[in-house]
Amino acid sequence: MRLGDVLRFAGGALRGHRLRTCFSLLGVAIGVASVILLTSLGEGAREYITGEFTSLGSNLLIVVPGKTETAGFAPLVSTAPHDLTEADAEALGRRIAAIRRVAPLVVGTAAARAGERSREVTVVGTTRPLLEIRKLKLASGRFLPADMPEAAVCVLGARVQRELFPGENPLGQVVRIGDWRFRVIGVIAPRGTSIGMDLDEVVEIPVATGLRLFNRTSLFRILAEVGSHEDLASARAAVLEVLRERHGGQDDVTVLTQDSVLAAFDRILMALTAALAGIAAISLGVAGLGIMNLMLVSVTERTREIGLMKAIGATPAQVVGVFLIEAAMVSTAGGVAGLLAGVGAGQLLQQIYVELPFRPPGWAGPAALGVSCAVGLLFGILPARNAARLDPVVALARRKA
Amino acid sequence: MIQLAGVSRTYVVGGSPVHALKGVDLAIGAGEYVSIMGPSGSGKSTLLHLLGCLDRPNAGSYRFGEAETTTMTEAERCRLRRHQIGFVFQFFHLVPRLTAVGNVELPMIFAGMPPGERTERAWQALEGVGLGARAGHRPDQLSGGEQQRVAIARAVAMRPSLLLADEPTGNLDRTSGSEIVGLMERMNQSGLTLIVVTHDPQVGGRARRRVRLSDGLIVADERHGAGGPSSAASAATV
Repeated sequence: MRLGDVLRFAGGALRGHRLRTCFSLLGVAIGVASVILLTSLGEGAREYITGEFTSLGSNLLIVVPGKTETAGFAPLVSTAPHDLTEADAEALGRRIAAIRRVAPLVVGTAAARAGERSREVTVVGTTRPLLEIRKLKLASGRFLPADMPEAAVCVLGARVQRELFPGENPLGQVVRIGDWRFRVIGVIAPRGTSIGMDLDEVVEIPVATGLRLFNRTSLFRILAEVGSHEDLASARAAVLEVLRERHGGQDDVTVLTQDSVLAAFDRILMALTAALAGIAAISLGVAGLGIMNLMLVSVTERTREIGLMKAIGATPAQVVGVFLIEAAMVSTAGGVAGLLAGVGAGQLLQQIYVELPFRPPGWAGPAALGVSCAVGLLFGILPARNAARLDPVVALARRKA
Repeated sequence: MIQLAGVSRTYVVGGSPVHALKGVDLAIGAGEYVSIMGPSGSGKSTLLHLLGCLDRPNAGSYRFGEAETTTMTEAERCRLRRHQIGFVFQFFHLVPRLTAVGNVELPMIFAGMPPGERTERAWQALEGVGLGARAGHRPDQLSGGEQQRVAIARAVAMRPSLLLADEPTGNLDRTSGSEIVGLMERMNQSGLTLIVVTHDPQVGGRARRRVRLSDGLIVADERHGAGGPSSAASAATV
């Protein structure tokens, strides 16, 4: 029996009950479309976050106080970390040639008030190099001064400015943060969410002022930008070396690179994509049951036809083949429809959420076709075997329907 | 060509066995024209199904040509049906969504014949039954007699050696029934072995050899000259 003939025969049988076929096809289409859409979403989130990290600069070292143990027993002697100080940050920039810029960070939240208006803000105590390290742009005014680490001045995020000083020029005005008064010297241009914090909702103040405001002695972390990516590993070793020396021979800091953080996020988001795909796959399974139902009804309706096929010399394998191909045709057509619908819906969402890239992963297309065809074959097995097992004598004895 | 020896077939209906055939011996030569008659329940349909290899006997031997069919696999019996046996049924059993030519092509499709050759043969077969002009019609656009002609064209498309007809006139008026039997008789005259199962004595009486079944046993096996006396009698009544 030729493949073209089987396809034509099966197609003719499907056209005989269009509505029923269409509904089963729709089931597969919905399943495939949801897999495509959800994996696009997962992939989009992954790409978005990867892109954000890259925009931070891939040459960044992040120094965090405290040693993160990744293996072995907890140490018996206390390793209470030394404070990470401004002097540490300054020493890193001075002593390590590969490091181009250093920005210490102290972070906290506080209430900010201007006149009658008040809101909670994230306060970041830092120094001037943060501007370049985080690639910030100023909307107006200037950034923190390089030479006055204890000045009572602040730079506002775009949303903070909008909410505290709607329709006003905030430059030169006073903002109360906690119990302190700060003069506004600049406003950061709107940028949207970035990893870690919403930069539009941040107020930057000088680092020493920040430590005093939050009554801390240790920095939250130090950002160090390395001149070129090749120097990253050696610079990391040098940072550990300098800080061990400064901290009385103790290894009490952790140095993260963007690469390691990125890899961790990447793993998490891949798992997320897989989980979303798994959930969507359930709907494909349900669609498979729909196909099975369609084929079971079809076999029952076409009992006489199956009896005839056997009488005129169709082997059981040919009967199985005809019904399996029929099931696979419905499910594959559903797969194609679902693929188009999923990609179409993704592009529609892309128009609405411009920031998030909705791009189905490259394997989505072939996988959708392969899986939908496999669903048809798998769920077609039972009905096809039922058909092949029909006793031709009994099948032919049936009169109408 | 056909040799049945001690063939029995028993069904289990509702827990109790029903003996449809009880040790039937029958030999049919190539080119014969045989009718099998008997009241309903006499086992004539069971015999036809066994002859057509649609069913297997519980006991006994059935030789088709040189081959013993009772030991064949399902696939082998399928191939025997495909190449050697044509079926004509009471209810035509045409596939409703296919045209007349599509129905006739069906056995050749399962045999894997190339499309060009297949279509040509299907047209020839339809012209042979006088339906060349209606080849593109679907079964619901054809009369009962025409549908049965399509079924006959389908049955002989693979050029079998045996044509089995199960109550071929049972669903037709007398005129078209008579035409159908005449058509099959002409095919018999050109060498095709013809076996007709019927309860209609006028149809059965036209055969040269008449086998009568009762209660699962052959009770009569008569041979008459060509176009025998019943044939003349029925011609007189019509």
